[in-house]
Amino acid sequence: MFEALQMPFFQHALVAGILIAIAIGIIGPLAMANKMTFMSGGIAHATYGGVGAAIFFGSSILVGAALASIIAAAAISFISYRFSSRTDTAIGIVWAVGMSTGVIFSDLTAGYNVDLMSFLFGSILAVDISDLWLMAVFDLIIVVLVWFYYYDFMALSFDPVFARLRGVKTQILHFLLLGLVAMTVVLAMRLVGLIMVIALLTMPSFSSERFVNSLGKIMSVSVILSIVYVICGLLLAYMYDISSGASVITVAAFGTITLFLIKKIKGSSR
Amino acid sequence: MKNLAVELDGVSFFYNGKEILHNVSISVSKGDFLAIIGPNGGGKSTLLKLMMGILKPLHGEIRLFGKTPAKSGIAIGYVPQETGHNIDFPITVMEVVLMGVIHRRNILRRYNHILKQKAAKALQRVNMYSFAERKISELSGGQRQRVLIARALCGDPDILMLDEPTASIDFRGQKEIFELLEELNEKITVIVVSHDMSMVMGFAKHAAYVNKSVIMHTIDSHTRYQIKQQLEGHNGHYCGAEFWQDVGHRIECNEECRHV
Repeated sequence: MFEALQMPFFQHALVAGILIAIAIGIIGPLAMANKMTFMSGGIAHATYGGVGAAIFFGSSILVGAALASIIAAAAISFISYRFSSRTDTAIGIVWAVGMSTGVIFSDLTAGYNVDLMSFLFGSILAVDISDLWLMAVFDLIIVVLVWFYYYDFMALSFDPVFARLRGVKTQILHFLLLGLVAMTVVLAMRLVGLIMVIALLTMPSFSSERFVNSLGKIMSVSVILSIVYVICGLLLAYMYDISSGASVITVAAFGTITLFLIKKIKGSSR
Repeated sequence: MKNLAVELDGVSFFYNGKEILHNVSISVSKGDFLAIIGPNGGGKSTLLKLMMGILKPLHGEIRLFGKTPAKSGIAIGYVPQETGHNIDFPITVMEVVLMGVIHRRNILRRYNHILKQKAAKALQRVNMYSFAERKISELSGGQRQRVLIARALCGDPDILMLDEPTASIDFRGQKEIFELLEELNEKITVIVVSHDMSMVMGFAKHAAYVNKSVIMHTIDSHTRYQIKQQLEGHNGHYCGAEFWQDVGHRIECNEECRHV
């Protein structure tokens, strides 16, 4: 197990994992509190359309994915504001259309040799140094934005109507939050995959909510939990030669269930 | 003119092509305690939201203290319906009350000392200061409504607007909330949407019956006094039938009302 730490590709994967965990730990609780899990799922799957398009046109996959995720976020944010009663239907459409666009583009690409599975389920080998820098910069942006708009996000999540009445730009904040979710999805795509990222956005925040009582503390605890899950998952992925995404999610699921039971037992012994 | 808090002049409102309010003209004077009553779907909340400027009328004009709601600069203390907010959200009582002054934060978007003191004072005003650090989801329905009233008071409102503040609260809690509103009404105008006829008749000065159109009723102080006496006698339960028996024809209607 320790020889893994010597290998550059594994070191990159670990650093990437920690950087992704920070983004996910901060954004996850906000997405959960705003009941955006399904929206995040829609964005993640629609991102696949951008991956397919990028392969077809021979451009950067990261750029393609980022564009597609932002478009999906904008579409979902707009629909949920204008037609709030049909939000879930609209998300389902964005979800499926994005996914099938990706499949069609990759079908049309003559002799493409990229492993598309690695975008869906993550690959420990997929991260290089330039990705790490990008992730670090993005983490910094998230920390600054969430710190600056902390109380605005809080107001948006607790009572959007009142917030708007008090001059908070709720529609912009809603889109900003979905945009941050979209960027998190794109960055996490390489390591845990588009399909798995949703589980990582939800599980740490679900657990931490049961142990602490303010948004800031929930974010801190989810960051720590996410880091633990990612590191353990990557080690297992290396040791047993399995997909990193699936491995991380399985560890997270065990962690979540364990924490749930601990809270239950502690609660009943009181 | 100067003594009017809210004026509606020929206001109509449509939602999805359906007329919700038709040609509504009413005025509410400063210092009034107005209850908005009427059947579900009759347009009560819509009327309140129009007064706040959250919704815009298709026809007609609305003035808040003489100006259009959006431009009036009037501080509205809004208390939403119980279902309007996300009570599972991890937020403390203090943080909720501070939302009332969210537009007055400093350049780093943080609450300064003065704002925190204001929030503490508002919590003391509604007798909830000892709960300041508790999570909002741990409170009872009545306590939560007090906190939301504190949030509204925190912004020094010129007018309080409440949307069914007692919908899911027991009799005693309802009475406490209305007693608090009556106290606050000594200084500010109060408009409350309510289902609860006994509370409305015991505490409000006017009642607007909304069912597409609006009919104004005056509730005189004598009636209020009598209903309050009745409420005293019913500790815990006071049903509609008992209420109407007690009231009989003591409700004083204006001319429009007698046509119906």
